[in-house]
Amino acid sequence: MPVEILMPALSPTMEEGTLAKWLKAEGDTIAAGDVICEIETDKATMEFEAVDEGILGKIVVADGTAGVKVNQLIGIVLEEGEDASALDGFQAGGGAPAPKGEAAPTPKAAAAPAPAPEAPAAPASAPAKAAGERVFASPLARRMAEQEGLDLNAVTGTGPKGRIVKHDIESALKAGTGKAAPAPAAPGPAVASTPAAPTPAKPPALPDAPHTAVPNSSMRKIIAKRLTESKQTVPHFYLTVDVELDALLALRKDLNARAEGLGQSYKLSVNDLIIKAVALALKQVPAANAAWTDEAIILWDEVDVSVAVATEGGLITPIIRKADQKGLATISGEMKELAKKARDGKLKPEEFQGGGFTISNLGMFGIRDFAAIINPPQGCILAVGAGEQRPVVKDGALAVATVMSCTLSVDHRVVDGAVGAQFMAAFKKLIQDPMAMML
Amino acid sequence: MAKNSFEVVVVGAGPGGYVAAIRAAQLGLKVAVVEREHVGGICLNWGCIPTKALLRSAEVFRTIKHAKSYGLKVSGAEVDLEAVVQRSRGVAKQLSGGVGHLLKKNKVTVIDGEAKLNGSGKLAVTKDGKTTDIMAKNIILATGARPRVLPGMEPDGKLIWHYKHALVPQAVPKSMLVVGSGAIGIEFASFFNECGTDVTVVEVMDRVLPVEDAEISAMAHKSFEKQGLKIKAGTNVKGLKKNADSVTVTLEKGGKTEEVTVERVIMAVGIVGNVENLGLEGTKVKVDRTHVVTDGMCRTGEPGVFAIGDLTGAPWLAHKASHEGVMVAEFIAGKTVHAIDTSRIPGCTYCNPQVASVGMTEAKAKELGYKVKVGRFPFIGNGKAIALGEPEGMIKTVFDEKTGELLGAHMIGAEVTELIQGYTIAKTLETTEEDLMHVVFPHPTLSEMMHESVLDAYGRAIHF
Ligand SMILES: Cc1cc2nc3c(=O)[nH]c(=O)nc-3n(C[C@H](O)[C@H](O)[C@H](O)COP(=O)(O)OP(=O)(O)OC[C@H]3O[C@@H](n4cnc5c(N)ncnc54)[C@H](O)[C@@H]3O)c2cc1C
Repeated sequence: MPVEILMPALSPTMEEGTLAKWLKAEGDTIAAGDVICEIETDKATMEFEAVDEGILGKIVVADGTAGVKVNQLIGIVLEEGEDASALDGFQAGGGAPAPKGEAAPTPKAAAAPAPAPEAPAAPASAPAKAAGERVFASPLARRMAEQEGLDLNAVTGTGPKGRIVKHDIESALKAGTGKAAPAPAAPGPAVASTPAAPTPAKPPALPDAPHTAVPNSSMRKIIAKRLTESKQTVPHFYLTVDVELDALLALRKDLNARAEGLGQSYKLSVNDLIIKAVALALKQVPAANAAWTDEAIILWDEVDVSVAVATEGGLITPIIRKADQKGLATISGEMKELAKKARDGKLKPEEFQGGGFTISNLGMFGIRDFAAIINPPQGCILAVGAGEQRPVVKDGALAVATVMSCTLSVDHRVVDGAVGAQFMAAFKKLIQDPMAMML
Repeated sequence: MAKNSFEVVVVGAGPGGYVAAIRAAQLGLKVAVVEREHVGGICLNWGCIPTKALLRSAEVFRTIKHAKSYGLKVSGAEVDLEAVVQRSRGVAKQLSGGVGHLLKKNKVTVIDGEAKLNGSGKLAVTKDGKTTDIMAKNIILATGARPRVLPGMEPDGKLIWHYKHALVPQAVPKSMLVVGSGAIGIEFASFFNECGTDVTVVEVMDRVLPVEDAEISAMAHKSFEKQGLKIKAGTNVKGLKKNADSVTVTLEKGGKTEEVTVERVIMAVGIVGNVENLGLEGTKVKVDRTHVVTDGMCRTGEPGVFAIGDLTGAPWLAHKASHEGVMVAEFIAGKTVHAIDTSRIPGCTYCNPQVASVGMTEAKAKELGYKVKVGRFPFIGNGKAIALGEPEGMIKTVFDEKTGELLGAHMIGAEVTELIQGYTIAKTLETTEEDLMHVVFPHPTLSEMMHESVLDAYGRAIHF
């Protein structure tokens, strides 16, 4: 009997994803464990391995299809001895296949809650779409959405195959969801008498100039959504310190020089040392290793440091877990591997989901200082600038030192100014006296 | 799985039950259907199909009577009632046999007998006094309905008929009173009138075909009277007195009573659900005025027990029963299903002229606060209707002015029962007036009137 391949849930919270690419073609032989396709979730591209062996009989969801619901049928595997004719009459759609006759699947014992005659259709099909994807909606739903100023992208369709129908618009209106920015007043003769209405937050119309439109990946959309939310809802404040790096640079040089003698292959970066310094500073000021929830401030028991890595698709933050307990060589090795995986889009959810504090380092680009946007529910993010030679005053005399500006963005709900300042002081002390890190 | 154990057992093999059984079997489930009489239910044996066969005979007869207007000379046409009835029975039998064959082809086990719930997941089936138990993971009750009987007016099959008697008359009565002007009553009135019976129809509501749009019902009224039918709306039947070979009926309207004597009376005052002897007592299945209460997924209050078709709420139509059957089968098989929106279930009456509708009447739409746009197009403006010699009728459409939603469509005239599905598709796909305007309708057809009616709602009709 043909076996269904269903969209996998690659993380506990995953509801849908993009079927990025099939690595097997129809007719290819598949062994259990073979990577058959790549699935893109909000944060990463992951490989999906076959559990059954057989022949890929049919690809149901094509390459590049976005918004594929978890458990949706994406392909069909033919078992040994079956040919394509076994696909005839195969009922797609995650339900019971129709094996004419024997071997009936056991139906779920239908639960029967108390009758509620007005019960709506079983919640069905695809969730809300991201902008830019094709939206399936009935003509009536489209017109109603237009009249009500609803964004169809934000409406969940419950009709056949997730089509948005009248009922969905009515539900969205009732729930007050899916509201697009207020539509501009109905086009009409330009009468000047009415006072200017508040300008709608609708994206301004694009100028009619030659351009290339790069479609937003799911990752890009999620980044856009999260950061907008963060910047709009998290009360940020910023603390900047300048730290002298010369001692740290010397230590780094020393340690790297020893690698060969120790028969090891590590090569520590400044960033590796910063990770360690942040971890130890968080250990010293645990109140900064915190997250906001509406009910409580969460203080993390462990020091898990997220480190921003730029990738082609956007920013991602793999995590060095228990960084305070790890040696520099370990941190360095882990970081290299995570960064590579991130760039290849191969991070596993547990490698980037979570983390108590983030470091974002743009020093390598020569940025002097910047303020980063907090990654909720984390309470802080440290923006690290370039280490550069600057004049400093030492004991009343002008001197030259390698100085790096670091700015901590702080969620004031979680961390107050004094706590943030304490953390920055601890961090500065560790960087400027790096031997203390070795203890 | 044991022989007497099934994943789905359907009780009743009418258009609800047999369709549910076939769909469940298609989905790979082990299915049985229990039927106490004949597969096909009321619809095939005593309802939709045999009535349509009779009405077809009446239609052919009517056309022959009008042969002259088509340039044909025919003489001596008369009704051979026995042959007409025989044909009707033959049609029913052929289709019932067909359903039996379909069930077999789909490997549905057909169990002969009367079933009742017998504890959770169990049914007791009785046949000729012998009872066997069968096990069912899921039970679909589809036991249908039977005629409503008013006290003191019980059909006896001789002088007072219900539909079963009316389907197999031995002679054309000289006169007849039909009580109730819903679809069933009007279809029989139409048939017997065509055969030469002097028919009077009484209706308690203020108009015939009371569920239809008022305009359509008024046009039907006029047309019926033109054909010689007597219509007494807003009239109550106070009592029946049986004579040797006739019935004297006391009618009351606005406080005034009147007596009429007719050869036969057909009672067509609605149906009651077959909820008795089903073992519902002690279960969580709820019954409201003889019909089982269900939710949008046809679930009853009892886990694993579903109910569909005439046994449940209105509309009591075969296609509603079948649609529910498919939905429940898919639901049991774990598929995503959609609750039925009754505003998208069309209704057809096969009297002359035919009447068909889907969705809200104009009055209902207004009552619900819609600002409406109404389109009308008469048969007289349609080339095909004229060519057919069917210039009587109208197609009416009701749109929500704000959204362009097609709220309802109402038709009267030749073949409208075949046309209504066009608007049903439109409603189901949620098209607006704009999409309907963009559709190309073939010429010359009656369907062009559907286009024109939409255009008319927006002041754009071409041919009128
Ligand atoms: C004269 C007439 C004309 C009609 N014309 C139309 C029409 O044109 N269009 C339309 O859509 N509808 C029409 N109807 C209505 C239509 O017939 C019903 O809506 C339809 O038959 C309902 O289907 P059902 O499956 O729910 O029930 P039914 O068709 O009533 O079938 C129920 C079946 O269950 C069996 N049964 C009952 N209890 C038990 C039990 N305990 N154990 C085993 N078996 C049992 C019965 O024997 C029956 O076969 C008409 C009805 C009548 C009477």
